[in-house]
Amino acid sequence: MAKKPLLEFTDRGIYCARGKFYIDPWQPVDDAVITHAHADHAYPGNKHYLAHHLSKEVLLYRLGEIQLQTVEYGETVMKNGVVISLYPAGHVIGSAQIRVEYQGEVWVVSGDYKVEDDGISTPFEPVKCHHFISECTFGMPVYTWKPQVQIFEDINNWWRTNLHNGMATVLVGYSLGKAQRILQNLDLFNGKVYTHGVIENTNDALRRNGVLLNPTERITPDSIKEEVRKGIILAPPSSVGTTWMRKFQPYSFGYCSGWMAIRGAKRRRAADRGFVLSDHADWNGLISAIDATGCESVYLTHGYTASFSRYLNEIGFDAHEVHTLYGDDEEASPQPSSEEREQTSEGDEKQKNADQVLSLGEDLGEAGGPVS
Amino acid sequence: MKAFAQLFLSLDETNKTNEKVRVLKDYFNSVPDTDKMHMLALFTGRKPKRQINSTLVRNWAIEASNIPAWLFEESYHVVGDLAETMALLMPKTTNSSNKTLTEWIAEINGLNNKTETEKKLWLLDSWDMLDSQERFVFNKLLTGSFRVGVSQNLVIKALADISGLEATVLTHRIMGSWMPETFSYTQLMGEQDIAENRSRPYPFFLAYPIQETSEKQKTPQEVGAALGDAADWQAEWKWDGIRAQMIKRDGEIFIWSRGEDLATEKFPELHPFLNALPDGTVIDGEILSFQNGLPMPFNVLQTRIGRKNLSKKILEESPVAVISYDCLEYAGEDIRYKTQTERRAVLEQLQAATPYPEVFRISALIKFDTWDELGTIREQARAMIAEGIMLKRKSAAYQVGRRRGDWWKWKIDPLSVDAVMIYAQKGHGRRADLYTDYTFAVWDGDKLVPFAKAYSGLTDAEIGKVDYFIKRNTIEKFGPVRTVKPELVFEIGFEGINRSTRHKSGIALRFPRILRWRHDKPKEEADTLESLRALLGD
Repeated sequence: MAKKPLLEFTDRGIYCARGKFYIDPWQPVDDAVITHAHADHAYPGNKHYLAHHLSKEVLLYRLGEIQLQTVEYGETVMKNGVVISLYPAGHVIGSAQIRVEYQGEVWVVSGDYKVEDDGISTPFEPVKCHHFISECTFGMPVYTWKPQVQIFEDINNWWRTNLHNGMATVLVGYSLGKAQRILQNLDLFNGKVYTHGVIENTNDALRRNGVLLNPTERITPDSIKEEVRKGIILAPPSSVGTTWMRKFQPYSFGYCSGWMAIRGAKRRRAADRGFVLSDHADWNGLISAIDATGCESVYLTHGYTASFSRYLNEIGFDAHEVHTLYGDDEEASPQPSSEEREQTSEGDEKQKNADQVLSLGEDLGEAGGPVS
Repeated sequence: MKAFAQLFLSLDETNKTNEKVRVLKDYFNSVPDTDKMHMLALFTGRKPKRQINSTLVRNWAIEASNIPAWLFEESYHVVGDLAETMALLMPKTTNSSNKTLTEWIAEINGLNNKTETEKKLWLLDSWDMLDSQERFVFNKLLTGSFRVGVSQNLVIKALADISGLEATVLTHRIMGSWMPETFSYTQLMGEQDIAENRSRPYPFFLAYPIQETSEKQKTPQEVGAALGDAADWQAEWKWDGIRAQMIKRDGEIFIWSRGEDLATEKFPELHPFLNALPDGTVIDGEILSFQNGLPMPFNVLQTRIGRKNLSKKILEESPVAVISYDCLEYAGEDIRYKTQTERRAVLEQLQAATPYPEVFRISALIKFDTWDELGTIREQARAMIAEGIMLKRKSAAYQVGRRRGDWWKWKIDPLSVDAVMIYAQKGHGRRADLYTDYTFAVWDGDKLVPFAKAYSGLTDAEIGKVDYFIKRNTIEKFGPVRTVKPELVFEIGFEGINRSTRHKSGIALRFPRILRWRHDKPKEEADTLESLRALLGD
């Protein structure tokens, strides 16, 4: 009888039968190990959570009172004889690859990752393993990223041009990850950074976690419109086209996402400017990351799984397509009413619930693009 | 080429009309005159002739990209645009080139008599000196797939701002056939129209729809409230043929279709009547197939549109005639400024004098005193093989383009059936990588028979939801096509229905489109093939 694999794909998530725990489960389980705090990876309802230290406050903010254990990168945790350790995934602050080892057999679950150092998330570290479970959100050769230095130069120039033309600047990116990456790379000599409530709540959570972020100012009903228009406004995808955004008119509206690499996708978003800035690995990044693991087999969980696995097999990898619920489309997620959006800038208990509805929807902004 | 690539990028980088006009003006003010005319030709749909067939371009691009052919094809489905796919997949280069747009187009045209090997060498070299954005527009030029997200009106607006000429004057000057190599910027922008162009048509005046959405029908009362006194209006049937402008000048005749294609040779039946017209005459009307003095459905005409050679059989089976409805030039004078009633009188006089009244017909005026009465007459449109009614203000001049106010089309309600989506394919352009092209089926016993394809009529939000459904309910994949679990029901609207031997269902629809998503209907309650056949009406 063939040996049962250490990790298997079930209808609840990635499961380790030997260690009796799940990784990023989408149905409630007793014991969950979480790669990162995005809504399609960290679902509510599990009895126990294990994640990286830097995910702590965001998870508590998003999932409420949960039983959460956090660890440092490289630190080991034993579960029923199985050794678990976390390694940086470079996707967002606190994101981790999960390394699972039992009797010399090593599996690594990537969660979402990128290989470029974004200057704020701990940079991706390749981990040697026998079996690698990888995302491939941008697993098509048309997706190749420019270094972020160039992108931020474009963004800062665009901001300056808008100031010069008397236009407000609205930059859209999802609230955990993209927003902070942008924030840390803006040229603050241009002006102040104003944030939508949803993004500022995440910033607050990260600051409670000890992360040093550039100064921001939350947009509230008391904000002075003319002041805000002189700065840059960071907003989540869910705010696009709302009255909240319209009150800053006239503005130029930029969208930061890997999908912006394709003209059609950019036109669909009706953004004035599409900045090709992604927190996922591009085509070359994926291949080099998979190669660096030295793995015997690779399992592809979400993205262009069919074509990417076919290509990997052709160039000599043993690649498999697996079905998971990661990277779900944003269109299918709850779309909050505009009232809820307005309230998010105030922040009492009731609004916090509304925020959570929001965070489910908007995080998928990038992971939730086309699925092939 | 750098300036042209930048123009493309800058136009992409804004959604604001004023900003686009500014970008266009900046371009016109910064490049050589010959580049301006080439740009104008490209932006008004005058593509350079394709010198390398696109299969070769594609194959050489695959080679240059160093990826398997299947992955190139998959990438194309993700991107939804061949020129862009090739530009994205080719390795980056460190070389560059300062050739102008004019020089590049001259090189492309110079490939005409080159061997395949020479063409390949030239193409690989060219790619190697262009950056990614330049490659994208270059590939567009090369593959003749040049389309821009900028309307001709915006380009005209920019030129009008620069020259101080009226937009309508410029629109007229760029009509018809001209070559950027021979029509100069000075000629275009001059105070006087000095270009010698016998064949040049006038810009078409297009009607605005009264019925802007298919869901809510306008009543005769509403039409009356919007348009005022019925006595101020002239009504005709709205014919379903090919809109055309017919010119007789200096003994020569020209037939232009609305897409500004010169179609003189496609309609030999019309030549005798045109030759018999006095010189300096331009007539606007609709070309239709006729039999025994009655117009035939559009699909009869359609069978001869695409043909290169008109066989005797085709000419016998679907002979064409013109239903004329306007006169734009008489005795060499542009009479578009005259009122509808005055122009109608000129047209009637011309038509009365023709020796070919069976071919040179005139669109009969519909007599009506009240809007209610016209509303009742409109119900007979389908029986008249018409699409509805045209309303023209008696006191109005013949204008340029689609304008609200003086010409309205009041179409009849579309026919419709409820159908089940069974196949889906990804769209192109702004619908790239989304499933937006669907095939619909109706019941034939317990089987679903495909009968129509449609890809418009849903909102972006609905498209998102349907795309989500398709990705999770795919039964099989055949290349780019997915077989989808039959479940979603849509109301499909169409203008006409005819027998067809080319389709499995035995029927063909005219202008099928999605009217709405029937969330309320289970697939079992979709319509049947029998009910569609009943609409054939024989």
